[in-house]
Amino acid sequence: MEPILQIRNLTHTYGVGTPFQRSAVEGMSFDVYDGEFLGVIGHTGSGKSTLIQHLNGLLKPTSGQVLLRGRDIWAEPKKIRDVRFKVGLVFQYPEYQLFEETVYKDIAFGPANMGKTGEELDRCVREAARLVGVRDDQLDKSPFELSGGQKRRVALAGVMAMEPDVLVLDEPTAGLDPAGRENLMANIRDYHRNKNKTIILVSHSMDEIAQNVDRILVLKNAHVLMSGVPAEVFQRAEELISAGLDVPQVTRVARALRERGLDIDPAVYTVEALEKQLLALRKGGAAC
Amino acid sequence: MLKDITLGQYFPGNTVAHKLDPRTKILLVVLYIVALFCAKGIVTYAVMGLCLAVCVRISKVGLKQLVRGLKPVLFILLFTGILNLFFTPGDRYLVEWGFLRISDVGLRNAIFMVLRIMLLIMGTFLLTYTTSPISLTDGLERLLNGLKKLRVPVHELAMMMSIALRFIPTLIEETDKIMSAQKARGADFESGNLIQKAKALIPILVPLFISAFRRADELATAMECRCYHGGEGRTKLHVLQYARRDYIALLLGVLVMVLVMVLARFGL
Repeated sequence: MEPILQIRNLTHTYGVGTPFQRSAVEGMSFDVYDGEFLGVIGHTGSGKSTLIQHLNGLLKPTSGQVLLRGRDIWAEPKKIRDVRFKVGLVFQYPEYQLFEETVYKDIAFGPANMGKTGEELDRCVREAARLVGVRDDQLDKSPFELSGGQKRRVALAGVMAMEPDVLVLDEPTAGLDPAGRENLMANIRDYHRNKNKTIILVSHSMDEIAQNVDRILVLKNAHVLMSGVPAEVFQRAEELISAGLDVPQVTRVARALRERGLDIDPAVYTVEALEKQLLALRKGGAAC
Repeated sequence: MLKDITLGQYFPGNTVAHKLDPRTKILLVVLYIVALFCAKGIVTYAVMGLCLAVCVRISKVGLKQLVRGLKPVLFILLFTGILNLFFTPGDRYLVEWGFLRISDVGLRNAIFMVLRIMLLIMGTFLLTYTTSPISLTDGLERLLNGLKKLRVPVHELAMMMSIALRFIPTLIEETDKIMSAQKARGADFESGNLIQKAKALIPILVPLFISAFRRADELATAMECRCYHGGEGRTKLHVLQYARRDYIALLLGVLVMVLVMVLARFGL
């Protein structure tokens, strides 16, 4: 697989030359591959939000580079808008950015800014609306008539409609009820499966990350603490916990069982995997 | 960036200037402004400048911060300066260049006007730099207390002012966030003509207004939940009290004002 985004030694310092000077991102380097589902996790203040705002050029690095398909996104500062169309960013609580008279127009804002018109624009809007589960009859409503969860979907569709190569989602399920969370994540998984586009999911919830992503990037104090497939990362549970993070519930159960003497891989992170291991143990005749 | 606006920012400290009663400071600023508008010549302006310098020294506010406060009014300063410089008729012209003429009176006026505005702004900024918004409104409320007899809703005005001040940083942050979100959707705020630029603001203003109303609504509910019912019968946690330093400061302030007025009488 080929890297679509390469982050090279990225550093961002806020308030240079004031007493409040602080580096939110320091010397980060990692690659994001084409078509992967990458999870980014970190404690509050670990630099997640600052990092993702570099990926589409909303923030300019103090030093270091962000390469999109091998090209520095700041090579031509005038064309930074093109980068924003290729790397779509959905902020936390995106429902507060809605402003148009109708849902349809709001979703069309991004693609229209790209210069899309007519049937092409219509296709993008309807497809994005369908992907996030906004019904056709809702398209002509005012976005302010919708419920909170529906608004969130519309805002998400507004970015998806630009058909970006990389979709960055900052805590897309924050503040939703459990059913709404699962529903929205299912929509995002569908989008990933159908479109085969890269997704970067920033989240607080280890369970959400564990259930969805191919690879995890763990941030701590403005640095990359570790990265790897979920099984690798959850193997290092102690480090995660010392970074103020959690491990998925299933991993916690597995670790607790192991402490009580059961021979279980402590890095399992799905219910199915744990079930399999427990069944295997039972067959082996261990006392449960 | 929007975040760099320092308008009315408070720098905590522990100096005499911070400890003075807010009412004293407000009154001193009023005296200072009156004196500033009486000032006529070099001597009086020098007295005012010295006054400000002493106060700045006492308050330990950095000169850099004070000068930075002038940034937003730079345009007004330039505008006043240039207008006064070129368009004041006088007896003697120092420079004549086409229709642009600089008279001796014009030069004098320009320098004094710019100086006056600068001193005015730095003086009032010193007040907000050394007084937290809460004690500022508290002081204002107490000062205007007498107006209650004239049915002026003093408490309500003070409450509105403190709420407004409280929400300035919140709204700035919110604007920043919404701008970023719309930029991520390809909104373009920089290019285009005036009409296009004005139109580009709609995606920021609509969400901003909505969230401002939402916040106001939530705040009103929260205040009602805590039984807020206006100023009647409401007591204060910190009751303002004049100390000896307040009387001394006020006395000094009055003295300076009288001095400046007398000097100005003699055209100094």
